[in-house]
Amino acid sequence: MIRLILCLMLLASPVWAVEPNEMMNDPVLEQRARDISAGLRCPVCQNESIDESNATLSRDLRLLVRERLLEGDSNGEVVDYVTQRYGEFVLLKPRTTGSTLILWATAPVLLLLALLVGWRSIGRQSRAPDPLSDDEQRRIDELIGK
Amino acid sequence: MITELGHFALILAMGLAIFQSVVPMIGAQKGWRGWMAAGEAAATAQFLLTAFSFAALTYAFVVSDFSLRLVWLNSHIDKPILYKISGVWGNHEGSMLLWLLILTLYGAAVAWFGNGLPMRLRARVLSVQAAVSVSFFAFILATSNPFLRLAVPPFSGQDLNPLLQDPGLAFHPPFLYLGYVGLSMTFSFAVAALIEGRVDAAWGRWVRPWTLAAWVFLTIGIALGSWWAYYELGWGGFWFWDPVENASLMPWLIAAALLHSAIVVEKREALKSWTILLAIIAFGFSLIGTFIVRSGLLTSVHAFASDPFTGTFVLIILAAFMGGALVLFAMRAHEMEAQGVFGTISRESALVLNNILLAVSAIVVFVGTLWPLVAELVFGRTLSVGPPFFNIFFTPFMIGLALILPIGSILTWKRAKLAKQARPMAGVLLFAVACAVLTYAVQTGRSSLGPMGVALGVWVVAGALVDLWKRTGRGEARLRRLMRLPRADWGKTVSHAGLGVTMFGIAALLAWESEDIRVVQVGESYDVGRYQVTLADVEEGLQGPNYISTMATLNITRRGRDVAVLTPEKRLYPIAGMPTTEAAIQNGIWRDLYVVIGDRQVAGGWAVRVYIKPFANWIWGGCIVMALGGALSLSDRRHRVAAGASRANGVPAE
Repeated sequence: MIRLILCLMLLASPVWAVEPNEMMNDPVLEQRARDISAGLRCPVCQNESIDESNATLSRDLRLLVRERLLEGDSNGEVVDYVTQRYGEFVLLKPRTTGSTLILWATAPVLLLLALLVGWRSIGRQSRAPDPLSDDEQRRIDELIGK
Repeated sequence: MITELGHFALILAMGLAIFQSVVPMIGAQKGWRGWMAAGEAAATAQFLLTAFSFAALTYAFVVSDFSLRLVWLNSHIDKPILYKISGVWGNHEGSMLLWLLILTLYGAAVAWFGNGLPMRLRARVLSVQAAVSVSFFAFILATSNPFLRLAVPPFSGQDLNPLLQDPGLAFHPPFLYLGYVGLSMTFSFAVAALIEGRVDAAWGRWVRPWTLAAWVFLTIGIALGSWWAYYELGWGGFWFWDPVENASLMPWLIAAALLHSAIVVEKREALKSWTILLAIIAFGFSLIGTFIVRSGLLTSVHAFASDPFTGTFVLIILAAFMGGALVLFAMRAHEMEAQGVFGTISRESALVLNNILLAVSAIVVFVGTLWPLVAELVFGRTLSVGPPFFNIFFTPFMIGLALILPIGSILTWKRAKLAKQARPMAGVLLFAVACAVLTYAVQTGRSSLGPMGVALGVWVVAGALVDLWKRTGRGEARLRRLMRLPRADWGKTVSHAGLGVTMFGIAALLAWESEDIRVVQVGESYDVGRYQVTLADVEEGLQGPNYISTMATLNITRRGRDVAVLTPEKRLYPIAGMPTTEAAIQNGIWRDLYVVIGDRQVAGGWAVRVYIKPFANWIWGGCIVMALGGALSLSDRRHRVAAGASRANGVPAE
């Protein structure tokens, strides 16, 4: 099987994302391969996943993913395998470790903060205006001729 | 000769812009009417000169004057005339000139239609607007001059990037820039109001049409870009969370927030300082977008020729205007006391929540877009932030927005009774949930995305309609009253419904899309979903105006009835040395059939991809409906009446 894939790789001319000859016969495995590919970034392209990319390297990576799946790797193991070789850069969904935690925390923390500030300012707005001072009350009384 | 005149006009326009940025401002400070009035003539003249300059560059492209470096780099004699013209803005220098043309057009529009504005405010707005254009004139002339000549003119050019030779993309940048640059107007109004030290209901009313116009254009521009990506890139994606796309999404989100908070300023004189801040930040995001695109700092599929100096220049402009405006804001914001008091449950509070969701989602997109840069510079990690991240964090904000929208829009100003006023929405909620349950029962597969999209879409659209109907009051003749409702009310309903349609379209496409990739022999038939596909013919070596094409013919039938004959192509543009795929699409209300031809296989046959994309057109249809709603609201009589009324009052004596 791998030899067949390698042969096809050599023969292939410019490629257009996922090619029919790359696909695996088992639809379940193939779907897993597609899901994994959509989350891996093509290392030589400009912001494309290997699933969409036409670059030759992406094709190699797509075949690699399928090869690992045939060997019986789980999805996580395949991703780790590719990440070990190409670095964190290929992960379109960054890891939740170290400094990246700041990135992951941004949305929830900001939302909570904004809600808090919003709540407080609404609270301030909804307070009734200060009651009239005695002076003001007297002037009003004068004006309406009490 | 014409080129040189165009170049000269550009320099002259810059001189005028400098004049316009100084004189009316001094006039407004000192109360000198003549100096204030000078800004109007200058704005018109500045626009005319820039327009002449732009026309000169367009002329050079149309007649293929290859002695101009820019034309040589981006055009070719054999290129169709539409793309010769759109090639003017299909490159960095030309697109900056278009940007500037639109900037001066907005300035001139204030001079032409701003009769209702108080003289001082108008002078200050024109002056700030001119200051922005001075910086961009300097930018173009110093770093990106489109009028540079070649010493030895070649016979032909290097052709435009073939991906850009497309009608969808010909009109995408002008609309996007009309939106981006439109936000410079809200910026100018905000800064002018800060200098004036006064923000009131009238200011809210004046700034709203400009924000609305910018937002409408941005909506159309983004929709065009997304539609182009869908049919041109060859696999039918419509949004990639690419840095440059994000750069257009952020100002859109902030402009949407600004639209809503300006209503609160206009109706209730609350949220003033927040609205001013949003107006400043909205333009800041457009500048950041420009910076991201022009600097090449972030890798993106939208590659513009970039050099570090260009990026630095935009960064300086960004820092100067944002820094200046924010300092001014810090000095003056406390003077803007809120007048209107409102309860915790009220339309105002709902709009605050709307603003929180829109603004925070914009910041999340911002952080996600710039994070790879921060990670590399600060933490030394090279990493990517891609679609999976944005989908996780952006989607909940939009769902939240859709959930509160119908309820918020039916609450009354000042103090609302939730239980009483939201009662009509209970029926809508029930209806939405019923639709979702029905969808869940009917659909194949067990995805919950589809039913959720149905529920949200129905909730928002039906909610908007019920809200409009409730406005007609009680008793007889409601239908007649419905037709007489102000256009702003109709605009609100229509754009909210558009948002619901787009949300449904996105969810439906993602949930129910199906794909088939295989090798097909000529003459072979096979089934995809409920359709039968036959590869009838493949012709190679067809000659186009500036490309060579391989065209396949596929017959698509359903239960023996012809549905469509589709002719996808593979093109090679020899001058640009680039292949493109031209997908063939049969558009439909319920689904698109999307067919792409791949390579000839070694063992015989062709790679063919067939996608069935349900409800795809609803995504862009919804965007067009949103923009239409904005335009309806823009045409409301109240905007014009208000303008006329304050003209009648005249300018207060100095």
